[in-house]
Amino acid sequence: MSETLESLVGVEPEGRYTRVAAFGGVYSNHLALSAAITDAASRGAEAAICLGDLGAFGPHPDKVFPLLREHGISVVRGNYDDSIARGLDDCQCGYTDPRDNHYARLSYQYTFRNTSEENRRWMDTFPDEVRFRLGALEVLACHGSPRQTNEFLWESATPTHFLDKLADDYGADVIIGTHTGIHWMRMWGERRAYVNVGALGRPANDGRTDVWYAMLDATGEALSVEFVPVGYDHEALAREMRDEDLPEEFVETILTGWWTTCLEILPGKERAAGRF
Amino acid sequence: MGIQLPQEPTTTPLREVQVEEADAPTVQLRALDQLWFQVAGTVCNLRCSHCFISCSPENHSFWFMTRDEVKSALDASVRLGVKEYYFTGGEPFMNRDILGILDDALALGPTTVLTNATLLPSRTVDALAEMASSSPYTLELRVSIDGVTAEMNDAIRGRGSFERAVQAVGRLAAAGFLPIITTMQTWPDHETEAILADFRRLLGDAGYDRSRLKILPPLRIGAEAVRGRGYDEHERVTHEMMREYPAELLLCSSARLVTASGVRACPILLDYDSGRLGDTVEEAAEMPAVLAEQACYTCWVNGAICSNMPGFAADPA
Ligand code: SF4
Ligand code: SF4
Ligand SMILES: [Fe+2]
Repeated sequence: MSETLESLVGVEPEGRYTRVAAFGGVYSNHLALSAAITDAASRGAEAAICLGDLGAFGPHPDKVFPLLREHGISVVRGNYDDSIARGLDDCQCGYTDPRDNHYARLSYQYTFRNTSEENRRWMDTFPDEVRFRLGALEVLACHGSPRQTNEFLWESATPTHFLDKLADDYGADVIIGTHTGIHWMRMWGERRAYVNVGALGRPANDGRTDVWYAMLDATGEALSVEFVPVGYDHEALAREMRDEDLPEEFVETILTGWWTTCLEILPGKERAAGRF
Repeated sequence: MGIQLPQEPTTTPLREVQVEEADAPTVQLRALDQLWFQVAGTVCNLRCSHCFISCSPENHSFWFMTRDEVKSALDASVRLGVKEYYFTGGEPFMNRDILGILDDALALGPTTVLTNATLLPSRTVDALAEMASSSPYTLELRVSIDGVTAEMNDAIRGRGSFERAVQAVGRLAAAGFLPIITTMQTWPDHETEAILADFRRLLGDAGYDRSRLKILPPLRIGAEAVRGRGYDEHERVTHEMMREYPAELLLCSSARLVTASGVRACPILLDYDSGRLGDTVEEAAEMPAVLAEQACYTCWVNGAICSNMPGFAADPA
């Protein structure tokens, strides 16, 4: 990798920072991950953290691991990582719709078959949470929610008082997570916030092909969050997906920015904002 | 599938309670994620033959909740960190304060109404749409339709109810809602796929083409015990059955139901003394649910059937 990226390192547990890049679900999208790393480094991130779900959906799951390792990016355990590492039967996304389950199964089996033993062992070392300091704020990085790796926190389905209880129960000012695939944030009280950093793996069901990550800044108690769109060679990714015989529905999402599968889990508000 | 438990307790430790039903297993509340409201009591404009709480125009055993009653429970829900609100009956739209009540709930969190959709004229749908778009939280309409033809549905839900519900679904879709259509399974498993396809066609014809469908298993109590069958003697939850069972799959591990007269373990045990856990939400949150009734067996088999989707508890599949 190029020289310019050397400044980007992994977030250390209990480390102290003022500017951190947080990446959500990668879903085997190595091209987007690579573009996001370059982008975050060029924007002056001191460190980066990935909130898990390295596999699923995309092609060649083993391609994301060298990128993460090379930059020492720390990874929180996602439900997918947990399933693949431990060889479970499914991805623990908790879909109940038969069509959703069909696609979830296809992508899980493909990812499982194509993830090396070594990478599975590495995934099994990922912690469920990482805590660090951003300015004066205590940040808890998790995958779904602090209490459950596969809990969906959608913007329209997550009350502020509920987040406040999580912050109390888990002793954090700022909670960051991913898992849903759509970025959003809420700030409340004196110094509390929840940030869903979005996903690098697929677009945010918004009709554009960019994927998203979050840049978090704090000096003292003042948090600022920027959601950063990442353009990448999505057509190349689509070609790789087709070469691997991944479902055309997945390819369509990459090329159009609209989700086509696993939709039954969305609240009505988020679902209505998409096309399908 | 694997179920992940939280690493740390998310509620304060609950006190152990000696229960009357000494033989029945109990389930502690893990976290109060869902607060349900019996907002129309047992009063309904329909009298469906499968209604597990036997609602009808004349069933006044539970009366309408007032806006103030709901409000004080909503206040408690903020203190307890509730994640979502559900409004049921009877028929919620028979409560004349329902729009104000939903507005109060939507100011705080995601809100679902379970309705038979026979009392949703355009002006009500418009008011709901207005309310939904001005809240950051989702408003879900859950509409019961029990068959893909008027003949099938009306045999259970009463004459004319099909026509009215399907038309209301069309109005809801036109107003931007994606109602969740629920239907009680009255057919053998192998017909499910064909029936879902018929439902999609029916709803598409009514102008609703992104239909969300939810099939519910029958609860063999109330009117349904007469329409279908009651439970067999062996169909009850024993201590033995709970030994290896992930209790978080049961609704009563994450929900309570508020009524005009007391707070209950869940919306299913409305009519049973064993379901009554206290006068206030706080009280009922401290008490474990008692799985003394045979309806609990249906939950044991199917998981949290009442929720829109698996929440804190994982997929029961
Ligand atoms: S099933 Fe619903 S609509 Fe039918 S009688 Fe019971 S409460 Fe009313
Ligand atoms: S009916 Fe179901 S939710 Fe209610 S107490 Fe019994 S097991 Fe729990
Ligand atoms: Fe996930």
